[in-house]
Amino acid sequence: MANVIRRQTPAARLFRGLLYGVLILAALFYILPLVVMLMTSVKPLSEISAGSLLSLPQNPTLTPWTKAWGEACTGMRCEGVGGYFWNSFAIVIPAVLISTTIGALNGYALTKWRFKGSELVFALMLFGCFIPFQVVLLPMAQTLGWLGISSSRAGLILVHVVFGIAFTTLFFRNFYVGIPNELVSAAKLDGAGFFRIFWRILLPVSAPIIVVSVIWQFTQIWNDFLFGVAFSAHNTQPVTVALNNLVNTSTGVREYNVDMAAAMIAALPTLVVYVLAGKYFVRGLTAGSVKG
Amino acid sequence: MRDSLPMKNTSATPLGAGAKRSTPSGGLQAWLPRLVLAPSVAISLFFVYGFMLWTFVLSLTSSRMLPSYDFVGFGQYSRLMANERWWVASTNLMIFGVLFVVICLAIGSLLAILLDQKIRQEGALRTIYLYPMALSFIVTGVVWKWLLNPQLGIQAMVQSWGFESFRFDWITDPDMAIYTLVIAAVWQASGFVMALFLAGLRGIDDSIVKAAQLDGASLPRIYWRVVMPCLRPVVFSAVMILAHIAIKSFDLVVALTGGGPGYATDLPATFMYAHAFTRAQIGLGSASAMLMLGGVLAILIPYLYSELRSRKHG
Amino acid sequence: MATLQLHNITKRFGDTEVIKGIDLEVNDREFVVFVGPSGCGKSTLMRMIAGLESATDGDILIDGQRINDVGPADRGLAMVFQSYALYPHMTVEGNMGFSMRLAGVPKEERRAKVLEAAKILQLEPLLDRKPKALSGGQRQRVAIGRAIVRNPSIFLFDEPLSNLDAALRVQMRIELARLHDELDATMIYVTHDQIEAMTMADKIVVLHDGVVEQVGSPMALYHHPCNRFVAGFIGSPKMNFLQVTMTGVTPDGVAIRLPGGGERSVPVDGQHLAPNAALELGVRPEHLVLDEQGPLSGQIKVLERLGGQTSLYVQMDDELITIMADGDVAYRVNDTVHFGFAPERAHLFDTDGLALPSLEQHPLAGLTRQDNRAPGSPSEEPA
Repeated sequence: MANVIRRQTPAARLFRGLLYGVLILAALFYILPLVVMLMTSVKPLSEISAGSLLSLPQNPTLTPWTKAWGEACTGMRCEGVGGYFWNSFAIVIPAVLISTTIGALNGYALTKWRFKGSELVFALMLFGCFIPFQVVLLPMAQTLGWLGISSSRAGLILVHVVFGIAFTTLFFRNFYVGIPNELVSAAKLDGAGFFRIFWRILLPVSAPIIVVSVIWQFTQIWNDFLFGVAFSAHNTQPVTVALNNLVNTSTGVREYNVDMAAAMIAALPTLVVYVLAGKYFVRGLTAGSVKG
Repeated sequence: MRDSLPMKNTSATPLGAGAKRSTPSGGLQAWLPRLVLAPSVAISLFFVYGFMLWTFVLSLTSSRMLPSYDFVGFGQYSRLMANERWWVASTNLMIFGVLFVVICLAIGSLLAILLDQKIRQEGALRTIYLYPMALSFIVTGVVWKWLLNPQLGIQAMVQSWGFESFRFDWITDPDMAIYTLVIAAVWQASGFVMALFLAGLRGIDDSIVKAAQLDGASLPRIYWRVVMPCLRPVVFSAVMILAHIAIKSFDLVVALTGGGPGYATDLPATFMYAHAFTRAQIGLGSASAMLMLGGVLAILIPYLYSELRSRKHG
Repeated sequence: MATLQLHNITKRFGDTEVIKGIDLEVNDREFVVFVGPSGCGKSTLMRMIAGLESATDGDILIDGQRINDVGPADRGLAMVFQSYALYPHMTVEGNMGFSMRLAGVPKEERRAKVLEAAKILQLEPLLDRKPKALSGGQRQRVAIGRAIVRNPSIFLFDEPLSNLDAALRVQMRIELARLHDELDATMIYVTHDQIEAMTMADKIVVLHDGVVEQVGSPMALYHHPCNRFVAGFIGSPKMNFLQVTMTGVTPDGVAIRLPGGGERSVPVDGQHLAPNAALELGVRPEHLVLDEQGPLSGQIKVLERLGGQTSLYVQMDDELITIMADGDVAYRVNDTVHFGFAPERAHLFDTDGLALPSLEQHPLAGLTRQDNRAPGSPSEEPA
């Protein structure tokens, strides 16, 4: 019978021990790179070349962090990644808000006001989730030039909105499919129209999916590198591009502690979001993946 | 009593029977949903479908620094086929893609099954397994570049423990560097597969497992014969997403190996970027982008087909 | 005052016609029930009346005015949905007052009307609760309350009781009937449950495959179903059907030969029938009587004792016949029983499934639910 899991027998106890052993080993595999990154970022350079990866910092220092933030060289300039960190926010926040708003309206129209061809419209848009972005890079570069926003934050925001609405529409559509249509029928009979039903009935119950969509878009756009490197100039680069430049700038001594501090800085916002709202993060990942 | 009902004599009803006017906004209301969707449809048509077509057109031209519309037929494609670096990139993608998908599935499903055994601290473990997915591939690349650095990373650490002959210098070895990409990518994405599988496992009706137990099946057998078949859709979508990540992989290569040593770890995505943006080979770069699109479609179309079919029958 | 007329109402989704030209009259203050199996189009028909679905063809008239192009909120009707469709983020009061809020009714007036309706439905203590915190029956009442405050001329109910448990369903049935008396409004009610139809309706509309099969009072449908579908649908347990042959037509009815050789004459009009036509005999289980001299016989396969009654399932050739017998019958399984029926309780159907019209109307066939009350007596208010 199924009492293998019971703890009484020695065999079962061994089984449980092994189970926890494997799980903890796996946890170490995932957590150690972060630990090493964090420890390295507060070690002086001398300790790094002398000590080993896992040795605790003897004289912890925040100098690598301040250097990464304000002084380190990213290519030609030596101003740290601080400015790029704010650049990322300046790009991410409008792009997230706009794409989420459009996605919510699209999802609402696609589920609660179906019309002939609405499924086709959805399929048409959904395809945008799947294309490799390499296939749009060159035309996009030229289009941004025509619009006069190449290498600007506005250009990057546009790019992220354009390729983000496929995902946000998918999120909201899948969420609104689960909201009973009778709710909308009742509101129609109560005298509400298209926008009032959205505003008064759908939006108040959409909090979970708004969080999912915002978090998903935030991590996607924050972590983007391809669009950032292709469509930005030195003063509009997002932090991921700056980090890559910093690590690959080959002037003087390699300061691994500064590299790690800069990587931590670039990673922190999404890590914070993950820790605070992990549940919604997972939901976004799975909703974005499991069918339409 | 009938007339005891006070609401019958409220004549000021705004919505009562007297208000049978035709709705002035009736026509507009019917068009509003379409109007709301129109910008997104236009965006999609132009920026997705239009751009794909545009890239295809570019791939038929001799464009170098700037797009030119001097058509050379499929010349760029035959140049691509004759390009050794493209073949390295494609072969790399096969190796990287297959290993990445298979290892992620193996680790992800194993962890999910183990976590499903009523584990204490399951939440904490899950959080640890999954957090790399929240990071940028650039961050992942930077960290693993440091860990895999032969002079200061894992190799140096193990050697300092007394194993002097220990070698782990794949990142500088043209034959092995591609596997460092696999390690870093698996580290980042396997927790996500775990989360997918765990969600799938939790969605399985408990009574199915109970029934199998009553039939006398052992725990591993239950998982292999009863649970896994139920998770087929999960496996399917996990493969989809992982393959998709693999084909699009760009940032990780840039940050971890820079495509090197030499161009030993080039992938189609980095190949395309290098040719289109830094080597002034727009025509060739476009041709490679189209082939990438072809690769994604080759995976996507069977997936969508089976999805649609199952939905029609389900 | 509110009457409803449907003229040739048709609904097509793509190539499939789900409503095939329906004509119907609903009188003022009538309680009309649309009943039929699932997929018969009854809910679609109701949604078209509500304006939630547009009619492909035909006219919908309220009080003689065509309202096809009038928006759902402006038709002067209110609807109660199967899932109740309460707004989950609003309180009971918010739910009931929403339509008035949209129409810009001042707060005090809104509150007063909500309180009136809450009083009728005993919802006063619940006004500040969210739907989540209510039981199924309470949610149902809030949904009705939301309809009442709109003071509609026609109430529409879309299977409102199907999410409730059996006991609550009986209670709500009684409450709805009481509400109809109190509000004096026209009500249209959709259900697949023929018991709800029989107990509440003044007039039942039986729908099948997008077509009206029969319209009539509950007793008329029970005693004079116009075809085999209605005969089988109305009444529980279902009517039994037997293949018979016609032997002759007399002014008193149609003579038939039963399986097993017996002969009977059923008082229906068979003037137009061809000689020796194949016919189907329909007799309800409660109209079959155990009788040693009866012309029919078979072996008992299953026997269900309900206490006051006993259901016998009797094998006759290929048919399993249901008989509702007295609670104290002494039969056992595998016994052979003989039974018969009163000819005036039997129905005959031709090969098209149409009933041969009865020569005599059942005395109660014209009865509606409202006629059950003693004339002139005020409707009583339960405490």
